[in-house]
Amino acid sequence: MEKVKFLFLGFVFGIILIKAEVVSWFRIQEMFHFQAFHMYGVMGSAIAVGMLGIWLIKRNGVKTISGDPILLEEKKFSKGNVIGGLLFGMGWALTGACPGPLYALVGSGIVAIGVVILSAVLGVFVYGVIRDRLPH
Amino acid sequence: MNLLTQPWPWYVSGPLIGLMVPLLLIAGNKAFGISSSLRHICAACIPTKRNFFNYSWKDESWNLVFVSGIALGGLVAGFFFQNPNPVRISEATVRDLSLMGIKNFNGLVPEELFNLHALFTLKGFILLVVGGFLVGFGTRYANGCTSGHSITGISNLQLPSLIATCCFFAGGLLTSWFVLPCILKL
Repeated sequence: MEKVKFLFLGFVFGIILIKAEVVSWFRIQEMFHFQAFHMYGVMGSAIAVGMLGIWLIKRNGVKTISGDPILLEEKKFSKGNVIGGLLFGMGWALTGACPGPLYALVGSGIVAIGVVILSAVLGVFVYGVIRDRLPH
Repeated sequence: MNLLTQPWPWYVSGPLIGLMVPLLLIAGNKAFGISSSLRHICAACIPTKRNFFNYSWKDESWNLVFVSGIALGGLVAGFFFQNPNPVRISEATVRDLSLMGIKNFNGLVPEELFNLHALFTLKGFILLVVGGFLVGFGTRYANGCTSGHSITGISNLQLPSLIATCCFFAGGLLTSWFVLPCILKL
């Protein structure tokens, strides 16, 4: 039951993704061709609000609803940020979707996206198998 | 109801997406990030002794609940609040994509490419299967995606996240400009 709040937040997020049209393959191509401000506006304002939220949490020592201190993970640089980043970018342009939109699209009834998700799971599995041999 | 069937402008949807970051932190110390769900699916469903999948995925099950919520939200938005009009992309994009052979601009994705029959064509296979593989492999190798790096990471002033985001964009630009036109000609 404790997890219902995450189901609810995901549900709201799924609706926002569809209504913002950031799940649209057309919007992604438009973004990569610099032909509209829409995607940049969405990403930019999302980052601005996220930044403000984190700043307020840190400044005021906001706690979680169960009273625990809020901890944020520091991201450590690895070569994967670059190589993996480029590879993900390629997949993003081909499928027109990053992981969040994939779940929203499959929910909206586009069955073929289920195949994209399965293939993404396979990609993660292959990464897990060969990761020791990759530069990090 | 009009508000729900109309697409939302960036200045409404962007800030709402950004709110997910503090809300998840306050709800339970969770970092907004979606691609790790793919790793948890592997750990939960594929029997393997590999170290990378040998962790207690159940401790991270909030993430799987969260992405199930996303699919549910997609279902409600897609079936009940569906926008009856095509996505209003710029004229220039319509022209460019038409030149590459895209004909149907009605849905959120080009229907001629995103259907199960297209999977058995070379271009459909590359877009859906190869594209999906790159999304999974790339996000895990980069240790995050648009949500974990570009939104959460940059919001938390993490330099690796900014670098990763620049690389997401570089890979996407090259593919959209130079690779996609070749694939769509297949």
